[in-house]
Amino acid sequence: MRSTWRPGRWLIILPPFAFLLIFFLIPFAFALKISFAETAARVPPFTDLLAHGPDHHLRLAVSFGNYRYLITDEIYGYAYLYSLRTAFFSTLICLALGYPMAYAIARSSKAVQGILLLIIILPFWTSFLLRVYALEGIIRDNGLLNSVLLRLGLIEHPLRIMRTSVAVYLGIIYSYLPFMVLPLFATLEKLDRTLLEAAADLGSPPWRAFLDVTLPLSLPGVIAGSMLVFIPAVGEFVIPSLLGGPNSLMIGRVLWDEFFGNHDWPVASAVAIASLVLLVGPIALYQYYSVRQLES
Amino acid sequence: MERGSSAVLISVLCCGIALLYIPIVTLIAYSFNASPLVNVWGGFSTAWYAELLHNRQLLAAALLSFEVAVTAATAALVLGTLAAVALVRFTRFPGRFLLTGMVNAPLVMPEIITGITQLLLFVSMLQLFAWPHRGFTTIVLSHVVFCSAYVTITVQSRLQSADRSLEEAAMDLGASPARAFVDITLPIIAPALVSSWLLSFTLSLDDLVISSFVSGPSASTLPMVIYSKVKLGVSPDINALASLIIAAVGACVLAAGVMMRRAERRRVEEIQLAQR
Repeated sequence: MRSTWRPGRWLIILPPFAFLLIFFLIPFAFALKISFAETAARVPPFTDLLAHGPDHHLRLAVSFGNYRYLITDEIYGYAYLYSLRTAFFSTLICLALGYPMAYAIARSSKAVQGILLLIIILPFWTSFLLRVYALEGIIRDNGLLNSVLLRLGLIEHPLRIMRTSVAVYLGIIYSYLPFMVLPLFATLEKLDRTLLEAAADLGSPPWRAFLDVTLPLSLPGVIAGSMLVFIPAVGEFVIPSLLGGPNSLMIGRVLWDEFFGNHDWPVASAVAIASLVLLVGPIALYQYYSVRQLES
Repeated sequence: MERGSSAVLISVLCCGIALLYIPIVTLIAYSFNASPLVNVWGGFSTAWYAELLHNRQLLAAALLSFEVAVTAATAALVLGTLAAVALVRFTRFPGRFLLTGMVNAPLVMPEIITGITQLLLFVSMLQLFAWPHRGFTTIVLSHVVFCSAYVTITVQSRLQSADRSLEEAAMDLGASPARAFVDITLPIIAPALVSSWLLSFTLSLDDLVISSFVSGPSASTLPMVIYSKVKLGVSPDINALASLIIAAVGACVLAAGVMMRRAERRRVEEIQLAQR
């Protein structure tokens, strides 16, 4: 059966394979190479690893200076930890907010469910950048939130939210909440209601049934949702750049500034390679093993 | 207890939805504000929309973004579907593991890392082959990478659930594999193709980070222009532009949703008719 496909097989496999190899995988080799170069006042702004010396012999000029710089300059360690911490706590808050939302949607009638899901999904389709900008309109010093609170007399001076870490948290929660709700809904919807009834019949109070039955069974959704929020949040650039203050140094913002601000391509490449190893590597490994575990 | 917990759940749901929508609704409302001051309501006006039409920089950027998004989404649809077919239909071939990795990796890779590595590739390629010059071409190439990953994931799951026996029946009746794919499988996965094209289109239209890295000085996409304007402070014409984009995207998504639901219903009816 499958043999009839064979001649055309490589016509199907090769185009995407070659494209992704050239434009996704090989670029990392270039970044690795340039992370060992030094900055130079030329176009493009870095030295060659292979250069002709004064005696016309090819010489390999590998510099570990960029990586040494990442370790010694404390801003990079700070940004790495700040990114991890911010992503972790925003994921927790998203979970705390998203779980009841998904639960409420899962328990509503089918017709209402469709409408509610559409309401949750719609913001995901609207521009991310514009939504972050819209949030700025709310939390600015003279924005809607402060105007309302001032008018109600709840505060006397405008709250300072913009350009603080609170704004970064709000931005991430606001932007990624749908990613948390949807997978949670998918697992909660499939949940067997009779299990809860059985627990109730056996004398278990609702909160106990929730902890013993619902929560463990919805764990795959919790993990999927948390990964969908944590992964983009940890490499986030737009939110800390537009909403955060000078201390909201997430790794994405540091890389951007190194590249566009300092024009230091080798250090920016080193930051990219280091984040790949320290941030993306563990996530990829985790996903690889969890998929394997599911399959076995 | 049951009723009390329901009330809590529903109020959290309402709060969450309010959180998602209040910023967008406020932004749209303020796009009709006559006053240029962001916190003062100066009466209803469509002046900012009229002003948009005279902003050449924004119009040029919008046109570029649109062209990039259409080209990238279409190319990604082809490449991503091929990858999905390869991964679902061919269980064993050399490089299958690598292809799986390359299809999934762009989804977890921070854009900023993808952006800088791709820029370094394009710069080196330009030195070696005098191609591609940074601008439209490089932006499209880099967008195709992450868009095709989304296409593959979407089409892959649809292909897996598709009934293989229909295609096999067609081939038993003498159709070539290509013919059977086009006549039988393609209509089955069509909804996935439509939604993944739309997803690619919006993702490409929205991309700021990767475009900023790989584009040259001559090409600025709409998000790049918006970002630099927003970075300088809030401007009312951006409110108008944002409202237009949100309205357009919202209308497209709703239309696509209704269309797909109708197509699905028709398909179900046809199956029922055929079975009678």
